[in-house]
Amino acid sequence: MSNGTLLVLGGRSDIGLATARAFAAAGWDVQLAARDAATLEAEAKDIALRHGVAATCHEMDATDLDSHAAFYDRLSPFPQVVVCAVGALGDQARDEADVASATAVMRANFEGPASLLAHAANRMEGSGTSTIVGISSVAGDRGRASNYIYGSAKAGFTAYLSGLRNRMTGKGVHVVTVKPGFVATRMTEGMDLPPVLTATPDALGQAIFTAVAKQRDVIYVKPVWRLVMAVIRAIPEALFKKMSI
Amino acid sequence: MRRELSGWGRFPRVDCAVTAPRDEAALRAAIATGPVIARGNGRAYGDAATQSRGTIEMRHFNRLLAFDPETGQVAAEAGVLLADLIEAFLPRGWFPWVTPGTKFVTLGGAIAADVHGKNHRRDGAFRSCLDWVEVMQQDGSVVRAAPGDDLFEWTVGGMGLTGVILRAGLRLRPVSTGWIRQQMVPAPDLATAMEVFERDTGTYAVAWFDCLGQGASLGRSLVMLGDHATPEGLTEAQRAAPFDIPRRRRLKVPMDAPAFALNRFTLKAFNALYWRAGLRKAGESLVDWDSYFYPLDTIAEWNRIYGRPGFAQFQCVLPLATARPGLEALLKAISASGQGSFLAVLKRLGAQESRFSFPMEGYTLALDFPVSPKALQLLERLDAITVDHGGRFYLAKDSRLRSDTLRASDPRVGAFVEMRETGPRYRFASGQSERIGI
Repeated sequence: MSNGTLLVLGGRSDIGLATARAFAAAGWDVQLAARDAATLEAEAKDIALRHGVAATCHEMDATDLDSHAAFYDRLSPFPQVVVCAVGALGDQARDEADVASATAVMRANFEGPASLLAHAANRMEGSGTSTIVGISSVAGDRGRASNYIYGSAKAGFTAYLSGLRNRMTGKGVHVVTVKPGFVATRMTEGMDLPPVLTATPDALGQAIFTAVAKQRDVIYVKPVWRLVMAVIRAIPEALFKKMSI
Repeated sequence: MRRELSGWGRFPRVDCAVTAPRDEAALRAAIATGPVIARGNGRAYGDAATQSRGTIEMRHFNRLLAFDPETGQVAAEAGVLLADLIEAFLPRGWFPWVTPGTKFVTLGGAIAADVHGKNHRRDGAFRSCLDWVEVMQQDGSVVRAAPGDDLFEWTVGGMGLTGVILRAGLRLRPVSTGWIRQQMVPAPDLATAMEVFERDTGTYAVAWFDCLGQGASLGRSLVMLGDHATPEGLTEAQRAAPFDIPRRRRLKVPMDAPAFALNRFTLKAFNALYWRAGLRKAGESLVDWDSYFYPLDTIAEWNRIYGRPGFAQFQCVLPLATARPGLEALLKAISASGQGSFLAVLKRLGAQESRFSFPMEGYTLALDFPVSPKALQLLERLDAITVDHGGRFYLAKDSRLRSDTLRASDPRVGAFVEMRETGPRYRFASGQSERIGI
C-alpha cells in the first residue's frame, strides 16, 4: 500500500488518534476532523513531530448533517482513506426516559456517520483506489436491554457499511467494518473491563492499518469477540429475552 | 477508581486511588484533593510512585511539543517515554543525552529521579541535558524553572515531591549511526575491574559482575566500554542505512516464576555461563543501540522471573576513597549470605553538584534480590555497610529503606525536608516519602 492521506472523522477520539498514529508511522499524512478542531492542534503537532508527516486539523460537526458537503469541499487534498470514528455511548437509563436524548445518540452513531461516509463514497467513486473504514460495534450484533439504543444505531451503521461495500465493490472503493469489543478509551474510562476482551487504542489503530492494507471486509480486533458474538447471536430469542447479559 | 499498584519490583503492592487526568484542569482538580503523587510508566522499583490516597497517572500527557533539527532541542510533555524520543529522532541523528537501563521511562520519571546512565562520569545525570522544566505546584499554578532556579534544583532528583512535572525542554545528542562500538574487558577480580574503570574509558562504561564469586574471584566482572560508532566503522550494508538495526525478537515472561526457580545453584550456574560467554566475546564488537543500552527491554515483564513476592533492588554509591573496601565488604556480605543476584551492575560515577540527586563521585553498585525475610535482613546489612563507608542510596530503586538509615547516609535530607515544609509536603507525598520521612 503506497502512502497517501488519511482522514479521521472523529479525530479527537482515542481510537481515531491511534489510527492516525498508525498510518503516520507508515509515512501517511493525516487530517484530523472534529468539532473545535483548534483544540486538536497539539495532537496534530505531536504526530507531525514523531513521524515527519503533515498533520492538519479540520472543523467538522458530525451531527450537523447539512454541513457535511461543505466540509468535504474545503478538504484539500482529498484523502485516499477515510476512517469514521465518530460515536457516542450515551446513557442507557437516561436515553430510555428521554426520547430526545435517545435520538441524539442514534444520530451520533448512525445518521451522522452514514451521512459523512455517503459524501465521501460519492466523491471517491471512480477516482481510483480508496478505502472507507467505519468503526461500528459488537453492540450492534444483537440488541440487549443494557445498551440497545447505542446498539441499534450501531446495528444500522453495520448494515449501512455492508451495503456500501456491496455497492462499491468493483468501483475502486473498499469498505472495512471494524467491530471492536471493549477498548480502553475515554468512553470506557472507569468501567471494569475484562482484560482478555479489552484492546488498547494503539492495537486497534494497528489492526485498522493492517485491515486497510490487506483489504479486509469485517474485523473484530480481538478474535475472541467473533466467537463471543457468534454465541450471543445463536441464543434463541425466547431464551435471550429472559437473560441479562 | 482504586487499583493495586506497585513499582517495577512488584514490592510493595499498594491499593491506590488512581486518576488519569487528560488536561491541566483535571490535573489541578486531582492535586487539590492531596496528598498525591504523579506516576509515569511505573519503572521506579519500589513505592516512589504509589500513593494510596491519590496516584496520578500521567500517561495522557504524552505529546511532543517542539523539535529544533539544528540544535536537537526537544520540548515534550512529561509522559513521553525515552523510547518515543528514540523512535522519533534517532532516524534523524539524535539520541538521548543520558539514558538509564530501560527506554520505557517517562521524561517526568527521569527528571524526578535524575536518572544516570553508563556515561555519568563524562556527561552527568539527566539534569545535564535539561533546559527547563514546568511543574504544577500545590496551588495549581504551572511554573517554568531553569537551572539555577530553586524550583528546578529541587525538582531534579526530588522524586516528584515538589509538584507534578508537566513539561520539559531538553537537548539530545547528535549521533551519526545507531551503533555502538563495544569493547568487552574481562576482569578476574574487583581490583582489575576498578583499574579498567579508572583508565580513559570512552563515553560509556558498565560492568556486570558475579556477586557469588568468592576468594580470588570476588568481584569477577565483565567491563563493557562503548562509544557511538561512526559510519566508517560500519559494514557497507549498515552504512547504507546507519540508523536501521536488526529487529530484536521480543520475548515475554508469561507468568510468575515459581519460588524454587531461583536459588544459589541456578544463580551460580547462570553467572558461570554468563562469565564464559563474556570471555568468548572479549575485545571489540559492534552492537546496536537497543541491545547495548536496553538488553532487558526485549523481555517484556522480566520482573516476573522473581515470582509473586516480587524483588527488591539495592543500589548505593560509595565515594571514591572508600569504594574499594566498601565494595569488598558488600560483596563479602552477599557471598556469605548465598543470596546472589542475576543483575549485579557496577558503574563509575563522576562528580555532581545537586541538591538531592543520587550520584556522587565514586562507584555505584546495583543488585536485586527476590523478596524474603532473609533477603530483607541481608539488605539491612548492606545498608549499614554503605553508611559506614560514607555512601548513599538511590531512591528510584528503593522500596524498604528506613528513615534513620536515609538520614545517617545523606546530610542533604534536612534541607530537603525544610523545603518540603513550605507546602509541597501536604499536597505531594508518595508511599516512599511517607516511609522515609521526607
